[in-house]
Amino acid sequence: MSEEKREIVIPGQLIGDTKDKKAGKGTFIENGKIYSDRLGIINNNSNYINVVSLKGRYEPMENDFIIGVIEEAMSSSWLVDINAPYPAFLHSNDVPWDVEFGETEKFLNHGDSIMAKVLQVDEIKKTQITLKDRNLYKIKGGQIINVEPSKVPRIIGKKGSMISLLKKYTGCRIFVGQNGRVWVDGAEDGIKKVIDTIKKIQNESLSFGLTNKVEESLRKDSKDVH
Amino acid sequence: MKTEVKLFENGKRLDGRKTDELRKIKIEAGVLHRAEGSCYLEWGGNKVIAAVYGPREAIPRHTQDPLKAVVKAKYNMAAFSVDDRKRPGPDRRSREISKVTSEALEKVILLEKFPRASIDVNIEVLDAEAGTRCAGLTAAAVALVDAGIPMKDIPVACAAGKIEDQVVLDLGKEEDNQGSADLPVAIAPRTGEILLLQMDGHLTFEEFERALDLAIKGCHQVSEIQKKAIASKYQSNKEG
Repeated sequence: MSEEKREIVIPGQLIGDTKDKKAGKGTFIENGKIYSDRLGIINNNSNYINVVSLKGRYEPMENDFIIGVIEEAMSSSWLVDINAPYPAFLHSNDVPWDVEFGETEKFLNHGDSIMAKVLQVDEIKKTQITLKDRNLYKIKGGQIINVEPSKVPRIIGKKGSMISLLKKYTGCRIFVGQNGRVWVDGAEDGIKKVIDTIKKIQNESLSFGLTNKVEESLRKDSKDVH
Repeated sequence: MKTEVKLFENGKRLDGRKTDELRKIKIEAGVLHRAEGSCYLEWGGNKVIAAVYGPREAIPRHTQDPLKAVVKAKYNMAAFSVDDRKRPGPDRRSREISKVTSEALEKVILLEKFPRASIDVNIEVLDAEAGTRCAGLTAAAVALVDAGIPMKDIPVACAAGKIEDQVVLDLGKEEDNQGSADLPVAIAPRTGEILLLQMDGHLTFEEFERALDLAIKGCHQVSEIQKKAIASKYQSNKEG
């Protein structure tokens, strides 16, 4: 289909020299040479050389918007699975409701999904999240799709181009969490179209000019319907 | 009682290999859906599946290290993997192999990135034919790459040994049973650092050095197959 592909690197592969480039994310330096430390694709950003991983868990970053699933309700806080190596903390002070001590289960319980924001990540990777921001709430209805966290930027597209395309052609409400969970709600066939398209984006995330290709196929589909 | 098997015939080994030839190796990455990374490997008659889960919070809590992740490799032989049924469950041998494999993998994984976490590696031997610990470690390495875990290098293992006073590469089943020494070696191929070195049987110092050289050469050959397996999985997957 596409002619150009991004280059895949594997751990321990030589990707540059410290003389010409600075080692960025996903790399390490040994004897003045830069090596990749993971399976990923090279991303040359000004004078940094980064490796964006193809797989792996979400790495929490402050101010990321994410989708979490409640693991456990404790007396004044919740433990939330955010697809990271560690569960995140949601304290009852960080929710928009007035929660009495010991009554957390009335608001959020095991298995509930929430849209949240990462409040803080400390040096031993303890993560705190919050519900106190615009448009953050408990999820009711819709579907959650799991994708690779590294593919999230591709699903959103440049300045949200891809995601606005999807919203425009399917009429669904979509929320993309940075941790690789996507929430979709809307008409049944719309949801199906979103899922198919996201699968396609994931499979072809290495090729260039993806937004245009997706737009083409979405437009073709919508013609078939009408 | 003991039937003497001739391990050499006109300079060739039982299965027709030369002294420095490997058995046939096939590696496939990403075969399990529920694991974060996985690998299926066939090495001669060995069939091994490795699965990687994590990094995730280490449980029980007391196994956590506040500064780095721990690697929990688990080597297990299926009851049907050998001719006589093997009693299932961990035994002295599989616990030893789990331990040395964990330690070999810990040397290449960037553990500091995941404090308090554990990286669980399950190695399941479905069919055994000598050299399963090398096969297991090699498969585990590919599974770790497939799981997207940051590592300094892709570890690789291979064995050498001595049969009928000759140093040979990669012992087969008969050779392992009848031979006089077995020397599994795991290395980090980029730096040549030795991650695992065990010896069963007796070798003179000269023989040992020759066997080690041979095993390391074998490791580099296997390493190429590993890299090809990873590349083919990810390049072909993205063809659309």
